[in-house]
Amino acid sequence: MSKITKLIVLGITAFWLILPAYAQEASKEQVKGLDEQVQEIKTDVLSIAAELNQLEEKLLYPSDTQIAIFVSMAEGEKFRLDAVTIELDGKSVAHHLYMFKELEALQKGGVQRIYVGNVRTGEHALRVTVIGKTEGGSDFQKVESFTVTKDIEPRLVGVVLAGTGIGSKTVTLKEW
Amino acid sequence: MPRSILILVCLLFATSASAAGSYAPNGLKDVYFGEALYHAFQGNWFQAVARLDTELGQYRGVDEPALDTLYHHVGHAEFAVGDFELAYRMHHRAGRAISAVIEGNVEEPVRNEAVYRLARLYFQKDQPENALHALERIRGTVPASIRDDLAFLRGQILMANGRFAEAAPVFKELRSAKGLEGFAGYNLGIALLKEGKEQNGRESLDRTGQILSDSRSTLAIKDKSNLVLGYKLLDENAGENAKLVLDRVRLSGPFSNRALLGSGWADASQGLFERALVPWSILARREVTDPAVQEALLAVPYAYGKLSVHGRAALLYGEALESFGREVDRLGASIESVREGKFLQALAREELKQDSDWVVKLRNLPETPETYYLLELMASHDFQESLKNYLDLNELRKKLAAWEGDLDAFEDVIERRRAYYQPLLPEIDLAFRQLDSRIRLRLEQRDLIEKRLHAMLTAPRPDYLATAGERVVSEQIARLEQALAANGAAAPEVEERVARLRGVLVWNISTQYDRRLTDAYKDLRDLNQEVDRLKKQYAAFVRTRQAATQSYEGYGDAIRRQRTLIASAQEKETVLMARQGNLLETMAVNELTKRRERLEQFQITARFAIADSYDRAAKAQNQKGAAQ
Repeated sequence: MSKITKLIVLGITAFWLILPAYAQEASKEQVKGLDEQVQEIKTDVLSIAAELNQLEEKLLYPSDTQIAIFVSMAEGEKFRLDAVTIELDGKSVAHHLYMFKELEALQKGGVQRIYVGNVRTGEHALRVTVIGKTEGGSDFQKVESFTVTKDIEPRLVGVVLAGTGIGSKTVTLKEW
Repeated sequence: MPRSILILVCLLFATSASAAGSYAPNGLKDVYFGEALYHAFQGNWFQAVARLDTELGQYRGVDEPALDTLYHHVGHAEFAVGDFELAYRMHHRAGRAISAVIEGNVEEPVRNEAVYRLARLYFQKDQPENALHALERIRGTVPASIRDDLAFLRGQILMANGRFAEAAPVFKELRSAKGLEGFAGYNLGIALLKEGKEQNGRESLDRTGQILSDSRSTLAIKDKSNLVLGYKLLDENAGENAKLVLDRVRLSGPFSNRALLGSGWADASQGLFERALVPWSILARREVTDPAVQEALLAVPYAYGKLSVHGRAALLYGEALESFGREVDRLGASIESVREGKFLQALAREELKQDSDWVVKLRNLPETPETYYLLELMASHDFQESLKNYLDLNELRKKLAAWEGDLDAFEDVIERRRAYYQPLLPEIDLAFRQLDSRIRLRLEQRDLIEKRLHAMLTAPRPDYLATAGERVVSEQIARLEQALAANGAAAPEVEERVARLRGVLVWNISTQYDRRLTDAYKDLRDLNQEVDRLKKQYAAFVRTRQAATQSYEGYGDAIRRQRTLIASAQEKETVLMARQGNLLETMAVNELTKRRERLEQFQITARFAIADSYDRAAKAQNQKGAAQ
């Protein structure tokens, strides 16, 4: 018995040492074939998404009335951003609570489209409220007001957030 | 332990996250590139590819690319889109995107980084020859950030092509490279062994097995080196050395169960069964679904048998048999559960995907007993790829369904707009036409005035600048002059008076000509400002009018087309998802069946061993009785 058992044990252990030896009946070819078809359908769906985005933009946000607001963080900022609220002409149009991944994406230099909507040409009041924690860990809330001018082109407004360092403004606007 | 298996998975297979090597450029100029990066940094690859693809498409369509904001980052963006596609596991498109960068007019370091990524792509897709050919295209400066990774990849590719003698020096150079500690040494050991340099290979594995590190991944590869070396020694009946090496494996790492099993066998091979019982007994108390633990359940009574404690051996074989029986039933239930589709349902659970340890959490779901036996399978490359495809398809299905809803909403919006605008527009158009003709008339008048004023700069015409009153007076004087001329001889003083009046009028107009001309120009400028305002209002009205029509006209074809495309994609997706799900279920059922068959073999072995132990115990009892 002992020899047989040892053989079984060693054989099986060797089997577990080599991961690719999980020889499923599903062949490599089958896995590969399906993978290629999945890639094809992803391409199809991406192209539908592109057309649908264009359609949506044309239908819901025509260029002469479109305003889009983008949030980004100043380079090197490490403060914790909890929430941003955007008010346009006195109306709250966007309120976003940030998850860790989103905050990290902003800190790495990503730009978030927080709002897209329609306004008439002319001047509009923009109010940005930022809630967060400084690098030191104390809570802060800052409110800044701006005036943005809408022309016949789509208006892309950048809202750049910074910490509460002395002399620095927490929220500034950027032209995209 | 399951968590450690996950670390191992990360070690063995380059995951999508490693493809996300994108970074934000300094001084970002293009907001949509920034938006794509925002999605990419969160691992939302679909949105990242969709956004950047659209932006690149628009950039390629512009007449003057230098004026486009993407112009400043286009090389980076083309690189990034390949990266995102790779992360979204669209290898064909990623390959094309990366090749485009290589073929393009880019700097040497950028080109070399692209070649590196292409080679890595081929390597991941199990095309080592193509990977090697790609690497041969590297020339000149390689960016410092990828230098070690590139060398490591080169070593791996050489190994995959069976060129172990060339791979070994590559790994040798990398032994102290940051982040590759342990990995280079382990691969060097394997390359040397494959090359036939047994002693050198063992030495390298031995060195790697004693490396000092706090990194979880380095510790895992260190354990693996010890395990491989230990079993190699065990195979060669070098039990004592094997024991030393296997005991270096951590008791809580991903390889601990197999190390404990081997450690016991190392003792057993030297006839030290009492000592073998120590690791085997620890192992036998661990999670029973692990194959090493199941083997330990047989190994422990085997050792007792060798120590002539046949009664205890028989008892433990009996316990093992019971345990195997329970597990065989459990495996049967699991196979049934997989066939009922519960496994796939569990895999697609949303809350699990939010958790990086989701495979571990899956084990805790009461409705998925099968996952107890599938942890290692789920860590395998093919399963992972198939699972990711299944989950991606599931996401695509949700997207397509949501888009169908969006199209319904679009149609509703269009109908509401049509119902609002259509009755209003004819009346507005009529009023506009009337206003339009008046505007045109006034504009013509303004043009005429401007033309005259310009002409007067070279050929003064004071009469053009007479006031309305002066014109009336001038006409009255003209009438008087006509009357005097018609009546013939009139009193001279009357003629003089009329002539004086004419003279005064001409004097006034002529002497005030310059001031009047200046005033006229000022008035024209004021008028121009009004005209500009009018033109702006006119243009705004025309735009708004056009927008009103465009808000409900011309969408029918696009929406119908989208519906057709979505329906076709849904059809394909349904078939593919079923096939992909079936493949996963087949993999799971096959794995579970294999494990059940193995346990059934163990049951047979245990039954024989029980009988054998009882015989020996009885024999020993008889001998003892006879002796007494």
